[in-house]
This record gives sequence, C-alpha cells and structure tokens, in this order.
Amino acid sequence: MTDVFPEWRDKPLEQVLTVCRDLLDDPDLLTVRRWREAGGKVLGHFQVYFPEEIAHAAGMLPVKLRGARIERTHADSHFGSYLCSILKSSLELALSGTLPLDMFVTHPICDAARNLAGVWNRNFDYPAQILYLPQNANSAYAAQYLRDEYARLQGDIQQIAGRSISDDDLRRSIALFNENRRLLRELYAIKRDTPWLLPVDEAYVLMAAGGLIPREEHNELLAHVIPQIRSRAARPQDKIRTVFSGGFCEQPPLDMLQIIAQSCYVVEDDLLIGLRWILEDVPVPGDPLCNLAESYLNRSSYSPVQHDRRKPKEKMLLQWVRDAQAEAVIAAAAKMCEPGLDEQLAYAKELDESGIPYFVTEFEERMTSFDQLQIQLETFVENVLFE
Amino acid sequence: MNAPTEAADLVGRSIKESGQLIRRWFERLTLAAERGDPTAYVFVSGNLIEVLQAFDMPVALPEIYSLQTAVRHVAHDYINTAEDYGYSADICGYVKADVGIQLRGGEHPLAKIPRPSLVIASNFCNTYIKWAEIWERLYQTPVFVLDLPSTREAYHFSEIGSPGFERDRRYVEHQVRELIGLCEQVTGKKFDIDKLREALHHSNQMAASYRRMIELNRNVPAVLDAVTDGTAYLGVANALRGTPEGSAFFAAAVEELEYKAAHGIGVLPEEKYRLIFVGVPCYPIYRRFREMFTEHGGVFVNSTYMHFASGGFNYNIEYDLEHPIESLAAGALYSGALSMDKMFFIDQPLAEMSREYRIDGIVFHPIKSCRTVSTGLADARQAVMRLADVMTLYVESDHMDRRVVSEAQLKNRVDAFFEGMATRKLQRAASREG
Repeated sequence: MTDVFPEWRDKPLEQVLTVCRDLLDDPDLLTVRRWREAGGKVLGHFQVYFPEEIAHAAGMLPVKLRGARIERTHADSHFGSYLCSILKSSLELALSGTLPLDMFVTHPICDAARNLAGVWNRNFDYPAQILYLPQNANSAYAAQYLRDEYARLQGDIQQIAGRSISDDDLRRSIALFNENRRLLRELYAIKRDTPWLLPVDEAYVLMAAGGLIPREEHNELLAHVIPQIRSRAARPQDKIRTVFSGGFCEQPPLDMLQIIAQSCYVVEDDLLIGLRWILEDVPVPGDPLCNLAESYLNRSSYSPVQHDRRKPKEKMLLQWVRDAQAEAVIAAAAKMCEPGLDEQLAYAKELDESGIPYFVTEFEERMTSFDQLQIQLETFVENVLFE
Repeated sequence: MNAPTEAADLVGRSIKESGQLIRRWFERLTLAAERGDPTAYVFVSGNLIEVLQAFDMPVALPEIYSLQTAVRHVAHDYINTAEDYGYSADICGYVKADVGIQLRGGEHPLAKIPRPSLVIASNFCNTYIKWAEIWERLYQTPVFVLDLPSTREAYHFSEIGSPGFERDRRYVEHQVRELIGLCEQVTGKKFDIDKLREALHHSNQMAASYRRMIELNRNVPAVLDAVTDGTAYLGVANALRGTPEGSAFFAAAVEELEYKAAHGIGVLPEEKYRLIFVGVPCYPIYRRFREMFTEHGGVFVNSTYMHFASGGFNYNIEYDLEHPIESLAAGALYSGALSMDKMFFIDQPLAEMSREYRIDGIVFHPIKSCRTVSTGLADARQAVMRLADVMTLYVESDHMDRRVVSEAQLKNRVDAFFEGMATRKLQRAASREG
C-alpha cells in the first residue's frame, strides 16, 4: 500500500493538526496525486454516504468529494445561478485536472446532486454513475434491493480496477473500515464527554482527512492522536454545549468552525456524516454485501436527505441533544441547499416546542467574513449562559 | 358535414374541454374536503394513481393546484404566508404555495383542498419527499416513498427484461404490494384487482392517444403548442389518469389534432420557427411568455415537459391486464427511468428530437425552484450545441415566484434569439443561392 500522507508520522498532536489542516486546504489534493503517481486508481464519490469498502476491496482509493474553497474558473459556465457551491467546486476540481479520477459516483441525495452523473458523463471519458441507494428505507425489500445494487456496483468497480473482488477481500475491507468507525466513535466520544480536549474544528480535520487518504493510514493517524488528545492539559471553560447540524453535504469553512469553537463546545454534529453513517460494526461473517446493505439501512445515523419513518429527523436531533447533554443547537444550512433549508425550519419548530435554544445560520464553503456570525453567536451564547 | 363546420366544431375543442375537466376535478376536491373523504396526495411523476383508483380514493395533485395559483397571479400571497411561517426564499415555489394553502385551511382560488389521508412521493424528485414530510409533520399523514431506481449511467438504459431491470422491477413490485396494503389500512376497503385492471385499461388508451398527439406534431405546421396546449393536456393526463373521462378526452383530442394535421391548420397562421422548450413553463407570466415567441412566428413543437411530466404516457408502455401488479411495477419503473433521463441525460435525446421535428431552436428555461429539472441544463446546452445544428437560448426565471421573473430581460433575450435565427436563415438561403 502506498503511504500517501507521511507528514503526520511521529509528530506531536499540534503538528498533526497543522498538517491535517493543510491537507484539507490543499487545492492540489496532494495525497490523491501521490496515490495515482504510484499507479493507483481513484474512485471519487459525492456526498453523503458511499460504501467505500467495495472500492477499497478492489484496491482503489475512494475519495470523498466535499467541495473546495477554490476559485472557479471552469465550472460556473456549466451550471445555473440557484445552486449550492459544493456542486460547482467539486466539478471545478475535476475540470481543472486537480482531481483526476477513474470513476465518479453520485447519489440521489438531492435534486441537484443527481444531475452530476449527467454533467460528468458529458465532460469526462471515465465512467460516471448514480448509485441508487434505496429511498424507500421502510420497504421490506429495501435491503435485498440494496444488496443487489451493491453487487452491480461491485461489477462496475471490478472492470475499472481490472481485478475481481472476492468475498474475503470485502470482509477484510469491512474489518478495516469497522476499525475506522470505532476510532471515529472514540474521537467523537472525547468531543462529547470532554469537549475542552477537542474543539470541533480539530475533530473535524482529523476526521475529514480520512476522505482523502487510505483508511489504513487514517486508522494509524487516529490511533496516534487519540492518546495525545486524552492527555492534553486543557481545562473546561465557560462555553455552552451545542449540537451542530447542517454539515451533512456542503461543508462549513474551517474558519467558521473555529469561530463556533471559541464560544461553544460542539458535543455532537453531522459534519461529513457519511463517514460516520454506520453506527456499529458491520458484521464480517456472512454475505458481505448483504451486511453492508443492512448496516446502511438498519444500523445507521440520519440526515435530511433520507426519509425513514423510523427516524423522524427532528426527533433524531432531539435525541442527539439529550444523548450529548447539549444545551443548545446551531441549526445551520448551506446556501441554496433545499433539503438543508427545509430541515432547518423543521428543526426550529421542534426546538421551539421543546424549549431548546437554537441559533439559525446559513453558510457557504467560500465564505471569508465571519465577523457578523461571531457577534451574533456570542450574543446567542450569552443569552443561553445568563438566562 | 362540410369542412368549415367541422373546423368550427373541432379546432380548439380539446383545450376548452380540458379547462372544464380540470374545473370539475377541483370541484371533486372541494366535495372530498367537505365530506371528509380520505384523499391521497400524489405527484405528477411516479404516482401509481391506478392503485388509488382501485380504492376509489380522490387524488389531489399539489403541483397542479400550486401552479394554478401562479397562473392566476396569486402565488405570491401563498408564498408570502409560507415564508412568514419560516420557509426560505430559496426553496421550491410549489412547496411554499402549498404550505400557504395548508396554513389557510385548504383555501385555494378554485377549490377547498382536502387534507391528505395518504401521500405517495416518488423519488422522481427529491423535493417530493421533503414536501411530503411537511404533511407528515402537519397532519401525521402516512407517507409512502415510491422508489424507482433509474438509469445509472448516461445511455446505459436497462431495457425491459434485462437482468438489471428485473432486479429493480422486483423491488418496485414489492413496493406496489406494500402500497396496496397501506391503502387497505387507510380506506378500510379490500383491494379489488378488477378495478385496478379497469384503471390500467383506461391508462393504456390515454397513453396511446397521448403518444399519437406528440407524433402528430412532427407535422408542419405543428398542430399543438407544446408549452401552453401541452400543459393543458398534461393537466388532464395527470388529474384524470386511468379514468373513462380521461380516455374519452384524449381520443377526442387526437381526432381534433388529426383533423388539423390533415387540413394544414397550425398553431399560428404562419409558423416561421419550430422550437423545443426545455424545462418548466414560466407560470407567473404564462400567456406573455408564450407571446414573446409567437409574435416572432415561433412555435414550441415539442417540450421535455410533455415527456417527463406525463407519467410515462409518452413511452411505449401497455399494461398487461392479465398481470396488472407486475405490469404496473414494470411500467412505473420503465417510464420513470425514461422520464428521469429526459432531465438528467437530455443532450442526445434533444439532438435527436431536433432532427425528427425539424427544429430551428431550443429554449432552455431553468428555474430557481426546480433543481431536478434545471441543474444540468447549462451543461446540457453546451453538449447539444456540439451535437445538433440548432440555435439555443438559455433564460433563467421561475415557475412560481414572480420576484425572480424579469419580463423585460426575458424579452430582450428572446428578441435577440429570433434575430439570430433570422440572420441564420438568411445566410443559409444566400449560400444555397450562391
């Protein structure tokens, strides 16, 4: 396996955080380039969830497309006006050659994202497709359907990777990703139980790095930093415990998370929720595709882009608030994100009824000015603290 | 009967009748609201209306009653109500008009809209599902998401009978059976498969007529305007799907259009430019929008709207009445996939349509409200220009929200588009002569 991100090795926590921040800010996607230079193939998948185990089992690097804070010189002419930024910046990365892919997969998470397969098909020679994750999560047939859909995807990936994937290959990948999920749960437990040890922006960079490097390296990185985080000398401060929602697809700028971290402990969030979508270990024995499918449906988190009668989203948010003993919610939404904006109102109504304070805001990945947000948020926090 | 009398009787008959039928459909909704009859909310694409008809459930189509508020120039009242409630300016105008209607107890210019007892929301448009969640929250209405997996990769269609299609069809058939169970719970009635057969029979007849109508527009001059006439026909196709009234209406409409084709009666006295419309109409200035084109002699002879919003009537589907549930599942899946292709993978179909219908220009009309239809249009336009020898126009506005519609700017762009096409015609004529 290619070591595409050696910069963090043997470094103390603060330096690891710095190199992870640099990795996320790097418009040239250095780790992806290194992987390809070593002869590896890359599968780029759009938000929110993708069964990366299948690509991994084929020896490909699954890369999570999460937009970028870059100047768009190519992509804007391919889209109309009323669209979120992540669509455009993701295409910009591909059109500019920064993100060379061998395969692209999008999902029917929203009306805009579904169109990306067509846009990609018209502009690139490599295969681009829609993975139809089941949208009737409550059908008794959904798991079987998804198992079959994963088998179809596996066939396509095998062709591109130029090798077949055995069940044992898949089981090994599932075990590796289970370890990754376990480490991320540990990271989030630290943030929830001792948030003064791990601000939201730092947790975010450590987690998000996983979308750009092989999971083997990410596991090593997390295993390297978690003990260091636990042994930090930080002390609790006078900040409120909050849940951040609205980061399931387009990502708020890191600066915005830092601003939030100045006055809030974010004890739960949905940032890049796809990386933490499956809540428990995926069973390793048995039919691996069936195990992945059932885990997606039955052992999973929630997001505004999935309807599941078992998981009313506003009730799930309240559950998060209770489980994390949060005092307030930051109900954010990316600009022009229809599912996010719809859900923002549903959350607000539910939080009103429950008497839980909340702060409503919109963001865009390219935002650069946060002064107003900072003032508004500090005012909100003071109100919560001194009411 | 001599020709002039026939013309007077026939020409324009179907559009008048479509208005009457839609008014009666609204009256039935009012009656359902007053009597408290269990009513289903469904959307124009992927709705399985025939199953609901087997349970005699009245059907409300929120897209149709929402767009009527825009055509009647009152959409902003309802949208304002929804935005005052908290909805963003940047979400679908259909949704907000409906929220306004719901918050006013079903008050609508043409009817009293009954509350939903059941919602079927297909994945044809993700906003359908988000919209349904609003009623789920307001009224605790059961929401059935009908998942129709579609084409995975451009131009790699799963044909009926292929292994991929069969895998998906089994999923859809399972869902149809689950929906039937839910309808039994909601209505307290037993499922009657013969009623389903009857509804499918009418849908088969409507579909055959609908396809003939679109085919007739290959005629020069075109016999129907694919935006305004097309929308009227779509209204009946959706509201009266699977009914004898719908079947009779389309048979009569074909008779009228056949007559027009046979006698050279076009949409305009003089058809100068044949156009395709891509997107959803601009309802806030519905009549004026059309006039911007007709005053230059432009006629919309086809539209993607007539394809993706017809519930699959435009595709060669005939339900097998011996196996109605299996066939309904196959039809929903197949027509759903082809309809979605008309939005997501539209470039090659548009290029082919341009040749088949002898098209001079294509009008792309992305709208703020509908990202399903609009997201890929700018990119698709570039591809079409590489594939087909046609002029194109790209103008953004909205189908509901008049704040996003700038009539002067639209007209300016449309005028320039026709100037371009006129120049092109002159150049071509000159080069032929030269």
